[in-house]
Amino acid sequence: MATATTTTARPATAGRASSTAASFDSRNKLFNRVCFGVLIAFSLIWLVPIAWAVDTALKPNAETTKIPTTWFIENPTLQSFRTVLSSGGIWKWYLSSFLTSAAVAAGTVLTASMAAYALSRLRFRGRQWWFLFVLAGIMIPGQVLIVPLFREFHTLHLLNTYWAVILPQIPTAIAVFIFKQFFDGIPKELEEAARVDGASSARIYRTIIMPLARPAVSAVTIFTFVWSWNNLLWPLLVLTNPNLMTIQVGLASVQGSYGIRYADTMASALLGGLPLVLAFLLFQRNIVEGIAGTGLKG
Amino acid sequence: VTNISTIAGSGTVRPAVPAARQEQRRDDRTALGFLAPFVVLYLLFVIGPTVYALVLSLFNGSLVRAGLGSFAGLGNYAEALSSSDFWSSLWHTIYFTLLTTPPLVVLSFIFALLADRARRGRWFFRFAFFAPYVLPSAVMSLIWIWIYTPAIGLADNWFGRIGITPPGWLGDPHWAMPSVAIATVWWTLGFNFILYLAGLQDIPRELYEAASLDGAGPFQQIIRITIPLLARTTTLVAVLQAIASLKIFDQIYIMTSGGPNFSTEPALEYIYDQSFANMRIGYGAAVSMLFFLVILAVSFAWFRISSRQEGGM
Repeated sequence: MATATTTTARPATAGRASSTAASFDSRNKLFNRVCFGVLIAFSLIWLVPIAWAVDTALKPNAETTKIPTTWFIENPTLQSFRTVLSSGGIWKWYLSSFLTSAAVAAGTVLTASMAAYALSRLRFRGRQWWFLFVLAGIMIPGQVLIVPLFREFHTLHLLNTYWAVILPQIPTAIAVFIFKQFFDGIPKELEEAARVDGASSARIYRTIIMPLARPAVSAVTIFTFVWSWNNLLWPLLVLTNPNLMTIQVGLASVQGSYGIRYADTMASALLGGLPLVLAFLLFQRNIVEGIAGTGLKG
Repeated sequence: VTNISTIAGSGTVRPAVPAARQEQRRDDRTALGFLAPFVVLYLLFVIGPTVYALVLSLFNGSLVRAGLGSFAGLGNYAEALSSSDFWSSLWHTIYFTLLTTPPLVVLSFIFALLADRARRGRWFFRFAFFAPYVLPSAVMSLIWIWIYTPAIGLADNWFGRIGITPPGWLGDPHWAMPSVAIATVWWTLGFNFILYLAGLQDIPRELYEAASLDGAGPFQQIIRITIPLLARTTTLVAVLQAIASLKIFDQIYIMTSGGPNFSTEPALEYIYDQSFANMRIGYGAAVSMLFFLVILAVSFAWFRISSRQEGGM
């Protein structure tokens, strides 16, 4: 954006305005304080549902249905967490979610970055057409494909396997696009030097391009992992075996079964959400940069 | 580059074929090798199914019978377009989108604006607004079902305290959709918040200082500087949000299962029910295609608006 021009002319007039600037400053200070107060209020409101879930999970089940509703916990206990963890189901769900999401993320990063390398760096016939062909995929939402995909996996006898969850989630057109954008920004000289030394394309991709593309790799890894972890519709369709259910499918199926044991329900919800919240705290910077960088370009 | 590698490779070239063509062929093969893993999966699980859905939609297929079934022509489409259930599911989807998109754009903008001014505690605001976004939809739904539980839930409790008779929330056909919408705003606001925060950080501070020296108060600065400079971000946020909202399924499936009395059944759940409960996959595929057209229309509208914005700058 061409904004630099307006700023350069200002310093000359700064002296004239110094007396009025002081009053603006104090007005601004007050305004800033009000803003800060409003922001604090809203961010606390935003935390209420999670805090309420924690509060409920720490109560004995009987205490949760008392009227009037209260935040006060008479007999705080970890019993609900113990119940959920010892029932075993949640460990299987963790494992399923982790295995499938990790496989999806790895598959997406590998296939999308390879395709993007060809589209960004190699000269071959029909390159533009291939790019348009891949780009078209961004327009196709996976959710409208559940009927034919279900048929396909039924025919392949792959329903109720991890393959059914993993495979359709790997080809992500937007990931190719993100990688290509990033590769386009890497200077060509590095690669040309290696080529003079006789390095093959595969070697250049592996030893030069991918190490330089670490920000794109981490953004795509994190996002495909989270999307896959949070996918409900497709795993719900293809996984009916309780031993294979992901966190999402497991929690959706458990919703009725706890009945009025609200503390147990909240404990299972919190445990289901915990891995990604922890991951968010660990990778906060990468996630934020990933959304800001790729989101605005895409 | 080509020259160097041609020379390097010329030792193996058979004399009958010109070196350049041989070279080109090898490059083509290398490129296809790099494209192959993605393209194979893409054909199998995106393009193939899209074509298959189009074919299925022209037949009276059943989930439990192999094969396509009898030819229906455009019969499935005609049936969908004249079915009140189809139209009401489409309306529920659009209603949900209308309920969620404006607050998700406006509130995330306001929160980002406030957070951008704050000198301390930015990580805390980011955490407070973004943490809900990383929760799986099932987790978020379970928490809000509990909040909306009649009599003992937090929502009834808060309404009771300020002396207002609470509505029936998820159990009331008029309130079920707004209730899901409130939960969704809470859940996904963080994503837009981060997009806006990034956009705000790109605006040079000097612009505000200059405006303030010219006597512009904070509100004028927001209206004259911030909002116009964030126009592109706003378009992006609004369209991404609209498309995400149109694909509503998870929360409704878990919180209301489309009820009470089908008052919240969205398009995706209609497709799901028709295809997998009623087993009419031909009809389900036709509805999928119609739904696909709606999403395409929104995407194209965005494309038009954003290319005009880009041209204007």
